[in-house]
This record gives sequence, structure tokens and C-alpha cells, in this order.
Amino acid sequence: MKIETRTVGDVYILDCSGKITLGEGTMAVRNTVRDILKNGGRKIILNLSDVNYIDSSGIGELVSSFTTVTNQGGKLKLLNLTKKIQELLAITKLLTVFSVYDNEQAAIASF
Amino acid sequence: MTTESNTIEISIGSALDYLDLVQTVSDCITGFMGFDEDTAHWIGMSVRESVTNAIQHGNKLDLSKKVDIKFEVSPGQLDVYVADQGNGFHVEDLPSPLDPENLLKPSGRGIFYIRSFMDLVEFRQLAGGGMEVHMVKRVSNQGD
Repeated sequence: MKIETRTVGDVYILDCSGKITLGEGTMAVRNTVRDILKNGGRKIILNLSDVNYIDSSGIGELVSSFTTVTNQGGKLKLLNLTKKIQELLAITKLLTVFSVYDNEQAAIASF
Repeated sequence: MTTESNTIEISIGSALDYLDLVQTVSDCITGFMGFDEDTAHWIGMSVRESVTNAIQHGNKLDLSKKVDIKFEVSPGQLDVYVADQGNGFHVEDLPSPLDPENLLKPSGRGIFYIRSFMDLVEFRQLAGGGMEVHMVKRVSNQGD
């Protein structure tokens, strides 16, 4: 699991790659999102295009990060879901919770 | 596609480090059986979720407790059994992750996903203690 963080204006884009599974993967997402919040960032996009595997704990971490950011007055959005992540979110009704984009410019403009 | 029945058994300690190994075995078996890529992925995820539950919730990460995984490969279907040495649980007591009050909970989706992707999922309390999950995927139900 690897996360590269870049910024466009005041929007933080996290390019995630590899596996978001219980342990190292979920901790990496959690710590990166919390570090951004600590540094004052409130607009976060998780780019999941290169996430080749996610388990239920990974989905749980997306939800957890979403609520943490929301509770601190920020917004967390998802970009470039893979077909499998989309299916996992859909069957647990989470597509209704997240704002999801397949175009980075549109995701940035949505804040 | 296999024409005989075979059994592959693995016994692991209760450490999450073994998850990748178990999933790799699952992927090899489903590939050998001729499941398509998507179906094999969801079977692998179901196996991983059930072993994660056994390690984390069943055996509570106690390294002295084992998780036994058995794959029964038949011409028409794959049966997977995952057994722990924990105190067990009542599956009917598990809250639905789809209920509005549970939608934003960080956990509680694993068994729901297993049930979504496998054709049959059964839980039983073992006589000597522990819990066993039995999952079935039929070759004819690929894509479901």
C-alpha cells in the first residue's frame, strides 16, 4: 500500500495504490487523512484508481475517514473507483454516502 | 476443470500475517478449478474475510490458537471450511450493515460480503469449542 499526496490549491489529493486491507493498508489511509486534518486541510480526495484490492476493513476505513473529516468540518470525496470497489460500496449502500467522481477536475471543482 | 474431488488443508496460527498466504492458496485453487477472474476474486475475498474473523474475533489474535482452513474441490463446486478455537457467536445477533444506524459504522460488513458472494454460508458451533464457517461456490453460478 502506497499513498502519494499532492495538492491543487487547498485540495489534498491522495493517490492510493496497492492493497487497502486490515493492518498496514488501513493504517496508511487513516494516518495520512489524520495528518492532513492536523495540518489544517479540510478538502480531501481519495484517488483509488490503482487500488487493486480492498477488504471489508478497507471499506470500513473509507467510512471512518469520511466521518472523521466530516466531523471536523471538512469533506472527503472518492475519485476513480475500480469496478470492484464500486460493487462493494454499492451492495452496502455506501454509494449513497460518498460523493464519487471519475474525473479529477470535476472532483476538485465540487468543493 | 478438475474431474476428481480433492481436499487441501492449511492450519495457521492466529496472526494476520498469514492472510496473504491463505488468499494465495485460494486463488490457486479457484484458478485450477476454472472459475473466472471476478468470481475467483470474490471467493478469495470471502475466504480472507472469514479467516480474518477467525483470527481477530474468534481466536482474539491468540498465537497459541489455530485457524484450520479446508478447501474441498469437487467437479461442480468448491466447499471452504474455516474453523477457529474461540467462544463462538450467534450469527442471528449480528446487526445488518444496511440498517441506517449502522451505515457509517467502521466495521460489521465482512459476513455480509461473504453472504453476498458465496452461494451458501453456514455457521456452526464445534463440539470441542470454536466456530466453523462453511462456504460453497458452485461452478455453474459464476458471475452471481
